[in-house]
Amino acid sequence: MHTPQQIQSQLEAILPNVQKPGRYTGGELNQVLKEWDSVQTRLALVFPDIYDIGMSNLGLAILYDLINQRSDALAERAYNPWSDMESALRHAAIPLYSLESKHSLADFDIVAFSLPYETLYTNALNALDLAGIPLFSTERDDTHPLVIAGGHACYNPEPMHAFIDAFVVGEGEDVIQEIIDVHQRWRQSRRGRNKLLKSLATIWGVYVPSLYQAEYNPDGTFSHIEKLDEEAPLPVTKRIVAKLPPPTTNFIVPYIDTIHNRIPVEIMRGCTRGCRFCHAGMITRPVRERTVDEVVNAIEQAIQKTGYEEVGLLSLSSSDYTHVLELVNAVSQRFSEQHLSISLPSLRIESFSVELMDALKDARRGGFTLAPEAATERMREIINKPVSTEQLLETARAIYSRGWSTIKLYFMIGHPSETIEDVQAIADLCKAVLAEGRKIIGRRAQVNAGVSTFVPKPHTPFQWVPCDSFEQILAKQALLKRSLRGPGLKLTWNNPEDTMLEAWLSRGDRRMANVIYQAWKRGAKFDAWKEHFRYDLWLEAFESVGLDPTFYTHRERPIDEIFPWEHINTTVRKKFLTEDYLWSLRGKTRIDCREHCFACGILPTFADLRRANPGDVWQCPEVKSKRIPVKVIQESNVEGSVKPDLITIQ
Amino acid sequence: MRLRITFAKTEAMRYTGHLDLHRTWERTLRRARLPLAYSQGFKPHPRIVLASALPLGCTSQQEVVDIWLEKQESLSEIATRLNQAAPPGLGIIEVNEVAPNLPSLPSQLEASVYLITFLDPIPDLDSRLYQTNQAPEIPRVWRKKPYDLRALILDLQRLPDDENGCQQILVKLAAREGATGRPEEVASVLGGESSKVRIHRTELIFLELD
Repeated sequence: MHTPQQIQSQLEAILPNVQKPGRYTGGELNQVLKEWDSVQTRLALVFPDIYDIGMSNLGLAILYDLINQRSDALAERAYNPWSDMESALRHAAIPLYSLESKHSLADFDIVAFSLPYETLYTNALNALDLAGIPLFSTERDDTHPLVIAGGHACYNPEPMHAFIDAFVVGEGEDVIQEIIDVHQRWRQSRRGRNKLLKSLATIWGVYVPSLYQAEYNPDGTFSHIEKLDEEAPLPVTKRIVAKLPPPTTNFIVPYIDTIHNRIPVEIMRGCTRGCRFCHAGMITRPVRERTVDEVVNAIEQAIQKTGYEEVGLLSLSSSDYTHVLELVNAVSQRFSEQHLSISLPSLRIESFSVELMDALKDARRGGFTLAPEAATERMREIINKPVSTEQLLETARAIYSRGWSTIKLYFMIGHPSETIEDVQAIADLCKAVLAEGRKIIGRRAQVNAGVSTFVPKPHTPFQWVPCDSFEQILAKQALLKRSLRGPGLKLTWNNPEDTMLEAWLSRGDRRMANVIYQAWKRGAKFDAWKEHFRYDLWLEAFESVGLDPTFYTHRERPIDEIFPWEHINTTVRKKFLTEDYLWSLRGKTRIDCREHCFACGILPTFADLRRANPGDVWQCPEVKSKRIPVKVIQESNVEGSVKPDLITIQ
Repeated sequence: MRLRITFAKTEAMRYTGHLDLHRTWERTLRRARLPLAYSQGFKPHPRIVLASALPLGCTSQQEVVDIWLEKQESLSEIATRLNQAAPPGLGIIEVNEVAPNLPSLPSQLEASVYLITFLDPIPDLDSRLYQTNQAPEIPRVWRKKPYDLRALILDLQRLPDDENGCQQILVKLAAREGATGRPEEVASVLGGESSKVRIHRTELIFLELD
């Protein structure tokens, strides 16, 4: 066992010899350091990548603030060490420690991982290993921390089911408090770890994988999931907050640079556009907005506390924020003297977006980003992002005429039914945009095309579709590389290997856990980093467990296939997704669902929440729904006092 | 108004590099609600000029920065607000107003004085000091460029051991543009491995400040 004092003194000798030691010291402005023994419950919030990435994660910043507001709990931070620091830690036998108090992660009551994307999985294993915590849930006992995880990737928790004791599915603000409460009561009850897991499973939004067993068909496809515990919920419904709480303003200010070194303010959660490829758009429904006052006051407070020079107004589709013009005007008026730079990402392709950016007087250094995602109108109808080419060109003209010289265009290749002509159209469209720029500002005009490869995600209308094969991806990229050459044009793309990994893991089942473990054992880590990603290790890992990677990526799933993530209920019904997929095959689009409800399933599932929050708290239109019989389960657990508002539709 | 602020960079900030320190100042000013002046032009940047970059990992008790404000404020008010707004590891020592037309701090810097503490004992420290002082030149390579360290050492002497019994030396190194001595190089010549020394800047010496 290492005491914090021992860890601190060993660090003295190590830090001078590693890159960016500022990642490993803690002690930053606004860090919360509580007396370790003054609280009942201690949580380590872990982002399983380096500090520079993890410090920019808004979700963990919110949880850190919320937990530390409790007098009976504390939250500290940990991030994965870069490889030089990892070697130094392993060499000196120092466990992965929290930045605040320098306790080993193994000393915490709860270790909570943020898993927003799949390429962090091996890093999460590595973090557990560095802390000396057994990787497999089944190997952990009462002396070990409870290991939980949340974040968007956890909507398909199955690939990580063997390593995580309990997943949070959905929004963390309220559920984290309930998890702490349950943990405290369990501690007082002095019962075994199994009892803790069962109690956690009764909380709305918590999935405890060990209480279920997955069954497969002889052909390897998923058959069904079985409850091993009578009281475990099936399905597990995602957690939401009915109304967004006031934004967090208490951010830690790092001493070193990080990727998004700024104040993040979430102006809106969810998206009503229904782009069919978009995981976030499907799982974060319904749309809830914050008021302009709330956002402006939050910025004011956060500047006072942090002194940051940049604010990011975050949402999945900023242009759709109801009072976006009012917000932009209020922000630019209120803060213009403070030399703040305001970013407003995710704008729609329309000239109004250019007016918004103009009003923000945002420095034009970064270029103006538009994400048409596909270059032909046919393709954009399939993915349900219907924008006409003329509208895109008109927007481009507005951007160049207002003083921007660079337009960044984001596309994806590999959409369902994409042909090589659709790919050629990407190059043609980029050139057409550049030509508009040349007419307006001459040779200064620049187009940067970012072309990633589509990965079908679970819980979306494209969850059935196969990924492009390696060869298809290479051929499409070769075409783009040939066509997008010359002055004023720049192309970036993803390596097909990276795409494959994301694709395997996204729609993986429980058997994938063993692949992840075998890959980690062979040295896979930092899979999101070019300098570390080892495709060969993953292929070896698949081979070693006797699974075919193409089963997960290149197979077109029959329309009636049962998916291994279906017991996780995003409340967007499979019936809706199926219909939307079939519509896409016919090129049939859906309009913004604020205009017309397509009955995705949100409203009936959360009918009571909606009734309690009428009007425009949710952007869903008012629809007449007949009262659906709901059963409110009030679990009686060991402590007898947890009453989750778990609602299951009969 | 042009402020000249003397500050300490202590433990919590020893791994904050020069550029990040610059940004730390900008944020501190914003938290203190002081009207930091910005340069004119397409991409305005805050008018903050640090006298000298401190090598990463070193602490210091005398760093100097010039900061321009758009409006006149009382010095005591500025000092109070800066003290409240400064992050852990940045200690405000002195705040003065200086004439706007003074030459820039880096152009006036002449030398830096460092206190080097050896965490592991160096048995032949005295003879190494003697050899270093006597050497006509000490050829070293820094970032692939050869240079003579001896020419940059203006003074080098042993101090009494610290309260933990660790050996200490005080070295005065040239700190002119294009001729800046690095304290870790001196430590290395004397046998101190980088992870086994602590380096603390005690003084910045300027040609003439007023």
